[in-house]
Amino acid sequence: MLRSPMSENDVRSLRLGDEVTLSGTAFTARDEAHLRALELARKGERVPFDLEGKMLFHCGPIVENDGEGWRLIAAGPTTSARMNEMEPDFIRRFKPRAIIGKGGMSKPTLEAMREHGCVYFAFTGGAAVVAAQGIKEIKGVHWLDLGMPEAVWQMEMQDFGPVIVAMDAHGNSIFESVANAVRSNLKAIGRDR
Amino acid sequence: MYDIQLVEETVLRLIRTAVTTLPADVVGELERSLDIEDTEVAKVQLRTILENIELAERKRLPMCQDTGVPIFFVSGPNLASIEEGIALGVSKATKEVPLRPNVVDPITRHNRGNNLGEEMPSIHFERAKGDFLEITYLPKGAGSENMSVLRMLNPSQGVDGIRDAVLDAVVKAEGKPCPPTIVGIGIGGASDQALLLAKKALLRPLDVPNKDKHLAAMENELKETLNRTGVGPMGLGGRTTVLGVRIEKASCHTASLPIGINLQCWAARRCSARIYPDGIVKFSTEGFW
Repeated sequence: MLRSPMSENDVRSLRLGDEVTLSGTAFTARDEAHLRALELARKGERVPFDLEGKMLFHCGPIVENDGEGWRLIAAGPTTSARMNEMEPDFIRRFKPRAIIGKGGMSKPTLEAMREHGCVYFAFTGGAAVVAAQGIKEIKGVHWLDLGMPEAVWQMEMQDFGPVIVAMDAHGNSIFESVANAVRSNLKAIGRDR
Repeated sequence: MYDIQLVEETVLRLIRTAVTTLPADVVGELERSLDIEDTEVAKVQLRTILENIELAERKRLPMCQDTGVPIFFVSGPNLASIEEGIALGVSKATKEVPLRPNVVDPITRHNRGNNLGEEMPSIHFERAKGDFLEITYLPKGAGSENMSVLRMLNPSQGVDGIRDAVLDAVVKAEGKPCPPTIVGIGIGGASDQALLLAKKALLRPLDVPNKDKHLAAMENELKETLNRTGVGPMGLGGRTTVLGVRIEKASCHTASLPIGINLQCWAARRCSARIYPDGIVKFSTEGFW
C-alpha cells in the first residue's frame, strides 16, 4: 500500500508490473482542467489546489449531492492519452508524484515522469464501482463550471486498486514493451507494412 | 401515437438496466477470457472487470462512470411524439440512475447537465417490424467511440484490405478503447452507411451467429487474428484483445469499398424494449433475434 503525499524515494523504488493499492489524497483532472490549470500557470496566476507530491487521477466521476455533501457513485479512470500533449508541462509545473489512468501515455510524458520522479498506475478501465469502493470521501471540488466530468474533484482514497505500475520513474513503460511485442506479432500475422 | 409517459418510463428502465447489468453473452466471453490469459497483469484486469460487473448489478449502480452518449434505434408503425418521450426518459435517467452528464456543445463545450442537446439523444429511425414499437438503447462511451475509423478502400484491396484495415484500427487503438473490445464492422454502402452498419453490428449478441455464412467465417477468422496481436486486456498485453467481431454489409458503388469500424469497450451495454399496442412492454438486454 502506498500513501499520498508520496516522496520521490517512494515512487523511484517502484518497479514495472508491481501490483499495489493506493491511499491518501488524489485530484481528478481531465482535458478541460489541464487546459485551464496550464493557462493560469503560464500567466503566473494561482491554481486553487496543490498537487505537489500527490496523485493526479485521470477521471470524470459520477457524483451526487444529497444536500449534505457530495456522494461518489462511480469513478473509473478515463483515457490518459487525451492529455498527452499537456502532461509533460503539467507534471513540471504541478509536480504530482503519481498519475492514475488507463491506456498509458506518450514518450514525452514518460520523460517528464523520469525527470521529476513520478509513476503511472494503470487501473482497469470501466471498473468504476470497484474504484469507488477505494475512495472513502470527496473532500471538495474546484471548477464545477466545467461540468461534472471535467471539474477537479479532491478525493481521499483508501486501498484504491489493485493498480499496476505501468510506467515507472526510470523511463520504462509496459505499454512500450507491449507495442514492441505487437509489432513482431504483426509480422507473424503477415501485416508488417 | 404512443403515450409519452409510457415511452419515458420505458426509456428510463432501458437505461437503468443497460448501465447496471451486462448482457449474459458478454459476461460469458469475459469469463472465458480469464481462463485463456496466463499472465498476472492480464488476469488482474479481467478479475477486476468481473468483480465490477457483479458489484454494479448488486448495488444497481452504473458499472462505468462513462455512461456514454445516448444512442437509440427506434422502429414502429407510428413514431409521432417518440422523440419527446425518449428525451424525457434520458433526462429523468440522468437524475435518477444517475448517469454522468456527458453531452456538451462541440464548440463551447457547455454542459447542460441533462444529457440532452442538439440532435442528442441520437435517434436512428428504422422501418417497422410489426405492430409494436421497438426501442434499443446503446450508450456509447468516448474511450471506444473515439477509436472509430472510416476507410474508403479500393475495390482491388478486397478481403485482405478489410483484414488489414481492421488490424490497423485495433492495434493503433492499443489500450485506449478498454479492451477486450467488440469490433463492429460495416462493409459497403456509402461512407455514412458503413459507419452506421458498424454501430448496428454491435447490437447482435456474441452468441448469435451471422446469417451470412461468409461473413460468419470472416468474423471468426478476424477474431482469431486480432487475438494474436498481443494488445491484451487494457493494452497491458495478453491473449484477449477482442471478445468478438460483428460484421454487417450493404451493397456499394462498383468503384468503392467503404469500411466502417466501431469499437465497443468490454462494458458492452445495451437493452431493447418492445411496446405492444395493448400497452404490454417486454425488455431484453440480448435484443429480439
